[in-house]
Amino acid sequence: MLINNDDVKKIAHLARLALTEQESKDFAGSLSRILGLIEQMNAVDTAGVEPMAHPSEAALRLREDVVKEENQRDQFQAVAPATEAGLYLVPRVLE
Amino acid sequence: MSHYHKTITELGADLQAGKVSSVELTQAYLDRLEKFKDLNAFITVDSVFALDQAKTADAQIKKGKNSALTGCPIAHKDIFCTDGLLTTCGSHMLANFVAPYDATVIKKFKDAGSVTLGKTNMDEFAMGSSNETSYYGVVKNPWDQDKVPGGSSGGSAVAVAARLAPAATGTDTGGSIRQPAALTGITGIKPSYGRVSRYGMIAFASSLDQGGIMTQTAEDAALLLGEMAGFDERDSTSVDQAVPDYVATLNDSLKGLKIGLPEEYFGEGLDDEVASVIEVALAEYKKLGAETVPISLPNSNLAVPCYYVLAPAEASSNLSRFDGVRYGHRAKEYTNLDDMYEKTRAEGFGAEVKRRIMIGAYALSAGYYDAYYLKAQQLRRLIANDFTEAFKKCDVIMGPVTPTTAFRMGDKTDDPVAMYLNDIYTIPVNLAGLPGMSIPAGFDKAGMPVGLHCIGQYFDEARILNVAHQYQQVTDWHQKIPPGFE
Repeated sequence: MLINNDDVKKIAHLARLALTEQESKDFAGSLSRILGLIEQMNAVDTAGVEPMAHPSEAALRLREDVVKEENQRDQFQAVAPATEAGLYLVPRVLE
Repeated sequence: MSHYHKTITELGADLQAGKVSSVELTQAYLDRLEKFKDLNAFITVDSVFALDQAKTADAQIKKGKNSALTGCPIAHKDIFCTDGLLTTCGSHMLANFVAPYDATVIKKFKDAGSVTLGKTNMDEFAMGSSNETSYYGVVKNPWDQDKVPGGSSGGSAVAVAARLAPAATGTDTGGSIRQPAALTGITGIKPSYGRVSRYGMIAFASSLDQGGIMTQTAEDAALLLGEMAGFDERDSTSVDQAVPDYVATLNDSLKGLKIGLPEEYFGEGLDDEVASVIEVALAEYKKLGAETVPISLPNSNLAVPCYYVLAPAEASSNLSRFDGVRYGHRAKEYTNLDDMYEKTRAEGFGAEVKRRIMIGAYALSAGYYDAYYLKAQQLRRLIANDFTEAFKKCDVIMGPVTPTTAFRMGDKTDDPVAMYLNDIYTIPVNLAGLPGMSIPAGFDKAGMPVGLHCIGQYFDEARILNVAHQYQQVTDWHQKIPPGFE
């Protein structure tokens, strides 16, 4: 599978990564090579094989829906780039 | 004073006998890692922080309130969140990140009274096999400083190999403990998936990531893994199973042990010198009473392609949290929210991390899911089934950890696929969720270390630790120290 410059831009946007023209070109090359590697999977017929998401077969554990943690908002927000009055600040999304 | 030749087991005994204080020991290691800081094994060292912990440990020992680890300095991979110390994960994205809490692994070691010597260098977000993707620069292999130490736990491996720390934590998603352990001549264990809590361990690929320990000896690995392992309600994939006393079974006899040798691990691509070292190691095991049986892992040759769908897919999801809103880097200039995300992530991530996020985003995108993600999950089942079949004929599986010894810096940085193939023998083990070790087994003609791979059955870390320890009773490869670091 060959990935071109436009494909890279589309994927980069899905992943929210700004790329320069040069980076897009470079990634087109390396991503194509990696997809070439990945496509070796097609050598094996996996029809009817149950997909394995996880090494432990047990179902995810559920916990009781009770409050266990204390409020640590100030501590958590201390590492945030921008906060005000207990809120995370982001650029305006609604006009 | 030559404390740095000693293992954790020996240092713990010295501390308890009052032969040395934790403050003296910690200072000696701090001096030593300052002396060899050109190796670049550490990202963060905070001597005040470390000495404070040492003082507390000394007080505990005086009061008789100590464990086997009280006062022992340990280095931690910079992927484990540490309250009050930087946790960068090798990335520019987290260059200023001080976690507001301790990872469970860190908390367990703290509770046992051990001293955090510092945070070790690593490939960015654990994505790499040479430590060359770290934002904080490459780590040098003490056996040949023009060569890589392996990755992603390269800093931890070098810290132990050069005796800058008696032991260090690591994590292993596709070989990140075993491969650097092999390339630097130390002992490293990746436990079974679910054995060690992932809480506070920055996620790369959540169905594969597992914390473990890198040490000089299997005996230390047994002691330290016993401390790290165990059920944690904060990790939903942590398995609720009792942790056996790993030290208690170290001296079990290997008489009648059946060692499976997968034909696929000894074929094309394996360096001749590595192959002969492994052959000699297997002969040693026969002297210890073990026998070898041929086995086959027919789908293992497709583990690397399978992994490079699953791990990037999980990574693309996990790393979406780095958006410049809650922690870490945020771009200085942007026009709107999307622009802020895109610029923050463009500036914060290095090339290899971007590459893997994009492979993952592509594999999960509409129209490609079945061909890539689903296919890889089906293949994962076949790879895991191969191990189940193989273990009907043997107790442990052995082979090389890596196809070659350490390579030169820069040799594989332009070719990601060549870099990925370095993990050809380690990746199948992660896909199946099994425990695996790298055991120092000798050197190639250039004097570079070779690791013997020992793979165990699910949740049977005790057996592989025992198998490694018995070998270390009759060989001294694990005691070799790189020239210039004696």
